[in-house]
Amino acid sequence: MGAPHGHPLHYHGHSVLHRTPVHAKLIGLLAFVSVIVLTPGGYLLAFAAYGVIVAALVVVSHVPARYVLGRLWPVVPFVGVAMLLPFIATGERIDVGAVSLAVEGLRGGLTLLLKVLLAATSAVLFAATTEPRELVRALDQLRLPQPLVQILSFMLRYLEVVSDEVRRMSIALASRGFRARSPKHWPVLARTMGALFIRSYERGERVHLAMVSRGYTGRMPMQHASASAREWGTVAVVPVLAALVLLIAVLLPIGRLP
Amino acid sequence: MSVPVIELKGVAFAYPDGHQALFGVELHIHPGERVALLGPNGAGKTTLILHLNGILRPGLGSVTVSGLPVTDATVGEVRRRVGIVFQDPDDQLFMPTVRDDVAFGPANLGLSGPELDARVQSALEVVGMSEFADRPPHHLSFGQRRRVAIATVLAMEPEILVLDEPSSNLDPTSRRELAEILESLPVTILLVTHDLPYAAQLCERAVVLHDGVIAVEGPTIEVLSDAETMARHRLELPYGFDPSTLPTRARPTS
Repeated sequence: MGAPHGHPLHYHGHSVLHRTPVHAKLIGLLAFVSVIVLTPGGYLLAFAAYGVIVAALVVVSHVPARYVLGRLWPVVPFVGVAMLLPFIATGERIDVGAVSLAVEGLRGGLTLLLKVLLAATSAVLFAATTEPRELVRALDQLRLPQPLVQILSFMLRYLEVVSDEVRRMSIALASRGFRARSPKHWPVLARTMGALFIRSYERGERVHLAMVSRGYTGRMPMQHASASAREWGTVAVVPVLAALVLLIAVLLPIGRLP
Repeated sequence: MSVPVIELKGVAFAYPDGHQALFGVELHIHPGERVALLGPNGAGKTTLILHLNGILRPGLGSVTVSGLPVTDATVGEVRRRVGIVFQDPDDQLFMPTVRDDVAFGPANLGLSGPELDARVQSALEVVGMSEFADRPPHHLSFGQRRRVAIATVLAMEPEILVLDEPSSNLDPTSRRELAEILESLPVTILLVTHDLPYAAQLCERAVVLHDGVIAVEGPTIEVLSDAETMARHRLELPYGFDPSTLPTRARPTS
């Protein structure tokens, strides 16, 4: 059994960010990330200001900064692309030591890197302060189509049941002396996966029977949280601040790359 | 006599692949009765259960629930009246938290707000699980999950509770605690089980389903004491268990 509180991204706490109703928080996150993405490349001062906002949010959330940074690894491929851009872009070039770099590539790479880092850090912070089941509830509240909500909800519920089944099957294999060492063992693994699919499919049928027996007609009744005007106001602070930063950056010609 | 909660007349059923599971089942269960449905593996017990709330419909014969024939028009009401607790609680509990799961049935019946909360609360109290309302089901022990599974059905306030193998995979203490809970419920019960001592403890009447028909019917202790009938229907008492030493269960008056 896992930790009492859900998934590896979630960090248990009681800060303002943890307590904010999730549907409001999700809208706030989307608005904030939209502002970041809409900011033209090269507005370095604006990106620095966003960075300060994100850092302030991390402090407010009581989630340790190391915890947030440690979960940023999914952005690594983007960092790689950003690093490549100066080498592969065309146009005006400058020489740094022995290598020649494209100016447009440098600017593009830096912008991509900053946008990805800021957006990903915000998303990780959102995940760290949100229980997964609350996220499903919020998505339902925000009118995500029912099939998607239900798929998410079932995935959440049965992830551990299925991974438990995988563990039992691999113990059963190992108990009879099986070790996957070479490709000639792959057929066994494939059959195991097949058995797992069939078991999961059959469980799906049994779950459906149990649902129909309790009056299921296609909709999952979910209890929604309500957000007060004050809570919406609190959530709005972050994207509104970011939007102001963007406005100032557009109007004032300072802190931009040439 | 009163209108039976469950009345099956000549129910026969064949699966689409041609395999026939039921060959004319006659079964009456009256309000307040506690009936054990016994039978070897493959006798058609699960198929029979799925007829009780209209998931399967008989090819021949009829199913009536408290005077209401099971049809497409009545199936919603039938499913409220007949509460089925399936064998694997992981199949029964599919919502993110215990509270959501218990609320699923009554919410489908159109309840909401304080009325829904009250239903959930009282159903969880009956099975002694109210303090676990906000936990995800997969963090509960197996015995606790089974009790929550029963609460999910009780929250719909059914007229009859159908339990499929409620004592399977339970440790002896959980098994006894569950018996105490079931004993305290003021509801008609159909107990489907291989656990014959459990049937003797909880049900005054037993029916034996074998090869798709009700082969034997009578007071549980009499059925279990008849060695020849038991052997004919592939039923066996656990080692050392002697039903003739048990007190006769009176039919509860409701």
